[in-house]
Amino acid sequence: MKNIYADHAASAPVHHEAAKAMMEAMENNIGNPSSIHHYGRKARMQLDQARQQLADSIGAAVDEIILTSGGTEADNLALVGYAKAHKDQGSHIITTQIEHHAVLHTCERLENQGFDVTYIPVNQYGQVSLEAVQEAITDKTILVSVMHGNNEVGTIQPIEEIADIAQANNVAFHTDAVQSYGLMPIDMKQTPVTLMSVSSHKINGPKGIGFLYAKKGTKLMPFLTGGEQEKKRRAGTENVAAAAGFAKAVEMAVEQREERAGFYQQLSDYFLKCLESEGVRFELNGAKEERLPHITNIFIPNISLESFLVQLDLAGIAASSGSACTAGSVEPSHVLSAMFNDPNRSASSLRFSFGQGNSFEEVEQIAKEIRTIVHRMNSG
Amino acid sequence: MKKPEDTRVIVGMSGGVDSSVTAALLKDQGYEVIGIFMKNWDDTDEFGVCTATEDYDDVIKVCNQLDIPYYAVNFEKEYWNHVFTYFLDEYKAGRTPNPDVVCNKEIKFKAFLDHAMSLGADYLATGHYARVQRNADNTVSMLRGVDSNKDQTYFLNQLSQDQLKHVMFPLGELTKQEVRQIAVDKGLATASKKDSTGICFIGERNFKDFLKSYLPAQPGDMVTPEGEVKGQHDGLMYYTLGQRQGLGIGGAGEPWFVIDKNLKDNTLIVGQGFHHSGLYSQGLYASNINWIENKLTEPFTCTAKFRYRQSDQEVTVYPEGNGLYKIVFHAPQRAITPGQAVVLYDGEVCLGGGTIEEAIKTRESVEA
Repeated sequence: MKNIYADHAASAPVHHEAAKAMMEAMENNIGNPSSIHHYGRKARMQLDQARQQLADSIGAAVDEIILTSGGTEADNLALVGYAKAHKDQGSHIITTQIEHHAVLHTCERLENQGFDVTYIPVNQYGQVSLEAVQEAITDKTILVSVMHGNNEVGTIQPIEEIADIAQANNVAFHTDAVQSYGLMPIDMKQTPVTLMSVSSHKINGPKGIGFLYAKKGTKLMPFLTGGEQEKKRRAGTENVAAAAGFAKAVEMAVEQREERAGFYQQLSDYFLKCLESEGVRFELNGAKEERLPHITNIFIPNISLESFLVQLDLAGIAASSGSACTAGSVEPSHVLSAMFNDPNRSASSLRFSFGQGNSFEEVEQIAKEIRTIVHRMNSG
Repeated sequence: MKKPEDTRVIVGMSGGVDSSVTAALLKDQGYEVIGIFMKNWDDTDEFGVCTATEDYDDVIKVCNQLDIPYYAVNFEKEYWNHVFTYFLDEYKAGRTPNPDVVCNKEIKFKAFLDHAMSLGADYLATGHYARVQRNADNTVSMLRGVDSNKDQTYFLNQLSQDQLKHVMFPLGELTKQEVRQIAVDKGLATASKKDSTGICFIGERNFKDFLKSYLPAQPGDMVTPEGEVKGQHDGLMYYTLGQRQGLGIGGAGEPWFVIDKNLKDNTLIVGQGFHHSGLYSQGLYASNINWIENKLTEPFTCTAKFRYRQSDQEVTVYPEGNGLYKIVFHAPQRAITPGQAVVLYDGEVCLGGGTIEEAIKTRESVEA
């Protein structure tokens, strides 16, 4: 039995080149970037090069990149850091019902601390309407946070237009680009984004590192204090090796962006075709066109998700239900709940997300296995 | 039977030592073993601490030691609907429920067994101290665990042939001490973990406080059988027949015990002395009798337990029709408690059991 990994949206394997860059940094670059001696300077140089790579990938300046421990920390720093630094100007934040929990749970925490949050609904394709964003803005609004590509269903939001609306209303705009970064190009010189969260391990870099883009002049209240790293916005000795690996992964992602996106799209399209030819009854969740190429979320009527994922795993296929669950607590997906007024929809929907290591044969194999499991469940 | 390596066994793992050893033994015997943790209750507190998460962490540790896959499944809804509502209803009716019996019948060996079967399992194994004997005529018998002090057939009395056919109880042949020793010898992460006690969803919490948050308490009088008021009770549901603690009746003479509950006028009947005659019965009526093998329609003599870990008592069982059975004791029994299980045995074989509906107090009414 050959194992198939179709859960790249959860985490993508570290590219061999990125791993090599990390290993080299760990073995050959031992200093602390803040030290004054030559070991420190060498580490600082590697860190600066990495930061330059990250900045270039989105048309940003190097001092607009704050290295973090990942997407979650970037989202937290963006929301809490911005809200606390601007509480004199207003107490209202706008986000959507389909954000990642790193945004939603952080917004809930801000609500407990006196901020008001509007959670904009979405349509059945998971799309936010521009009118809804416009209408939600009040004179107390300080920040709008809308994700770029949804992690569960892949739907892409019109963040350029939303950024324009925010700018026209003199409100900051944050976007969680954890899933879209590397696949959907974005240029900070063209789009008026104030803050953007990015994670390394979704684009074949190491886990435990990411960055927050913060437009020059954006005030943030830091929550890690200590040394003066990251221009006092995030204290702590920088993870030089991870930054080197991340930068290598970014370099490759930028170079191969179109090629990768095209390949993932072909895999996703072929997957749907295979499901049809296997005679599996299913519906696609998320937008058909405006969707991240690597994410395919399908609703298969009358299946029990818990059992289905286990059966796939026992057959060697790794997929997911969208959001991770612990100790048997399967929360109904908040994304699917926002899209459909039907609890069965989220109890019977699965996410497959493809990556560089996947092949058309594997996609065929997954579709065959899905058919087998559906038959077994319906006959049982 | 298929060869072990072609046989998929799903082990219900709780994070305790018994189910850990169950999985380890089956793995040693060459079965394809999969560990599944069942979450039936959510007690997450404001700091995100939940006993289920801690127990699941132990399941993960043990499964990694055994190199077997592990998963979790959630039956909170089923547990609430089948076990917890029953639990509250019984208390509301002035009875003392046995949620473990219902949990085994409706959750562990129904919802969970179905789940295991849907995953292609040949058997579901649990860490219960009981034995399944597969007979030549394709039926199964349920035997007591060899450790008479740990035997759990009392809680398994409602299982059917269909359920037991798909079940394995590897610990039935072992004593608790041997199980602990195996866990220690194998260095299992749960080897020295304390056994859980009490009702699973209440855990270490105060029972009274727990019940109070779900059912309104109605305080009333504590009276003697002769009608003398001895004090106030906090609500009938907080007391069990035969209970001595927590009555707060002082004075001279022997200690006071709960001997009955009068739901109609909300009084708790109390009497002096462990052996107060009001606590003793000559027989009982039982309903919901489950026969594990053959349905018995003629009167017969066997042994019975009216509570977990009690020694066997001689009884004669009379089918009364309409699913009701009269069980006559050969010697009077103390504190027969409606709502609890009565379980019948023929030697090592558990015949089945039912729910105690009513104690029969006098010799005359037993012979009626």
